[in-house]
Amino acid sequence: MIIAEKKPIEEIIEEIKDFQRILILGCNECVTVCEAGGKKEVEILASALRMYFINKGNEKKIDEKTLERQCDHEYLEEIRENIDDYDAIVSLACGVGVQFAAEKYLTTPLVPGVNTVCLGANEDRGLWTERCQACGSCVLAKTGGICPVSRCAKRVLNGPCGGSTNGKCELGKDVDCAWQLIIDRLRALGKLDDYEKVAPIKDWSTDRAGGPRTVTREDVKI
Amino acid sequence: MSLNTESKLEKILKAGHLGVTSECGPPRGSDPEGIKEKGKLIKDYVDAVNVTDNQTAMTRMSSLAACIHLKLMGVEPVLQMVTRDRNRIALQSDILGAASFDINNMLCLSGDHQSFGDCAQGQNVHDLDSMQLVQTVRHMRDEGKFLGGDDIKRPPKMFVGAAANPFADPFEIRVPRLAKKIACGAEFIQTQCIYNLDKFEEWMKRVEERGLHEKTFIMAGMTPMKSVGMAKYMKNRVPGMDVPDAIIDRLAGVPKEKQAQEGIDICVEAIQRLKEVKGVSGFHIMAIEWEEKVPEIVERSGLYPRPEV
Ligand code: SF4
Ligand code: SF4
Repeated sequence: MIIAEKKPIEEIIEEIKDFQRILILGCNECVTVCEAGGKKEVEILASALRMYFINKGNEKKIDEKTLERQCDHEYLEEIRENIDDYDAIVSLACGVGVQFAAEKYLTTPLVPGVNTVCLGANEDRGLWTERCQACGSCVLAKTGGICPVSRCAKRVLNGPCGGSTNGKCELGKDVDCAWQLIIDRLRALGKLDDYEKVAPIKDWSTDRAGGPRTVTREDVKI
Repeated sequence: MSLNTESKLEKILKAGHLGVTSECGPPRGSDPEGIKEKGKLIKDYVDAVNVTDNQTAMTRMSSLAACIHLKLMGVEPVLQMVTRDRNRIALQSDILGAASFDINNMLCLSGDHQSFGDCAQGQNVHDLDSMQLVQTVRHMRDEGKFLGGDDIKRPPKMFVGAAANPFADPFEIRVPRLAKKIACGAEFIQTQCIYNLDKFEEWMKRVEERGLHEKTFIMAGMTPMKSVGMAKYMKNRVPGMDVPDAIIDRLAGVPKEKQAQEGIDICVEAIQRLKEVKGVSGFHIMAIEWEEKVPEIVERSGLYPRPEV
């Protein structure tokens, strides 16, 4: 899923201080699961903002709503009839949701309430970690199912680099070396010999380098 | 052995001599005098001088420019190139630029992560990795073609090297990793600084068992310790470095003003021991900001005078 984390409230306040009527808009998908932008976080942020502005002697109208998905036309339509009641929307969806809303409601300012961090998983209570950078041509079949693109700090396709120490990345003790994980997994699969196959130079045109990416499926179009 | 390039290092190694290389870091400014001075100090004591490429991710004068300064004064440079800062266009372009000055040696590296340097907020590139860079230079040289497939007029004639760290983890793939670099086309290897001689010898034994020492020239990396403080720093703070306690104890056992000399002695003794190890083709002496000590180390290790080729 997409992992996001809450922006510091000061940053949000700075962006909305000149608006009077504000909608805090959550999303029920990824950002709910990673506890950054679901219904609960919408409530908490809305109360904190109300309190802040009341204390400043500048009470504002701050409403709450959480959509099923913000990256979906159908659900975003739900706010169309009230959109003119607001001077701005603080969206707690990922960057995709924020933009989808911005594209739909052209004259309403959209302020992101979270930083979208990565594609990852909930590894442990309170710990979300990256697993994929959507490079557009997946190499996991060759790397024991562990991704060197997203999990190696140097995207080394023939690793590990010389900095790998005791299973940790040269970045520091908190970061696993992706190549240690790949080798451990190849060993577990009895495929350590595969390590010596050289990974060819990668076609990065399917990655960020190729410009905005699109999937077109004729069979799905109506 | 037939020669692939005009490289002096290649000639010396292929003639069966123990090769000697050293290293210079370009300055953090545009004054070339420092690098020339370093070149002058070590010129007659080594076969070639590696010029580092923004090592530890600190921004410096470009490796290529510094190589040119050395080349113009008659020193044979080894152009170090990291994959951190340039994509395949820039890498190929700089390879051609180097070849236009008849810089005949290259060492392909991935480079330290930028978070260690002065631009921690910068992007890194890593379009290719170090092995793929080796493949790229070999492709340009041997096929005379760009990665994109077009012909190169006057292809670059580079003697191509790579680094190996016998001490990084996991140890079990350290030899397979070397085999992979050789398969990619690495003609010489310069190792990480060696302090744990036993572990290095064990690595070499495994290298030899697979006959890899016959497919590439392995140059043992040597860095003299200036003080016990430096030894502790290397042990604890530098990723992938293996400094045994015995080295630290030995340096700590002499008064502060004698530690530098003790460090040189340790280095000379290590070279003398490793000279006898089968498969060691030479030494890469990296006296970091201490280039004036290279002549002494080379002489005392019995590696002077350097052969004429
Ligand atoms: S190889 Fe690419 S697509 Fe596959 S997990 Fe890694 S980043 Fe994602
Ligand atoms: S230590 Fe491992 S994860 Fe870190 S950069 Fe090197 S190969 Fe990649």
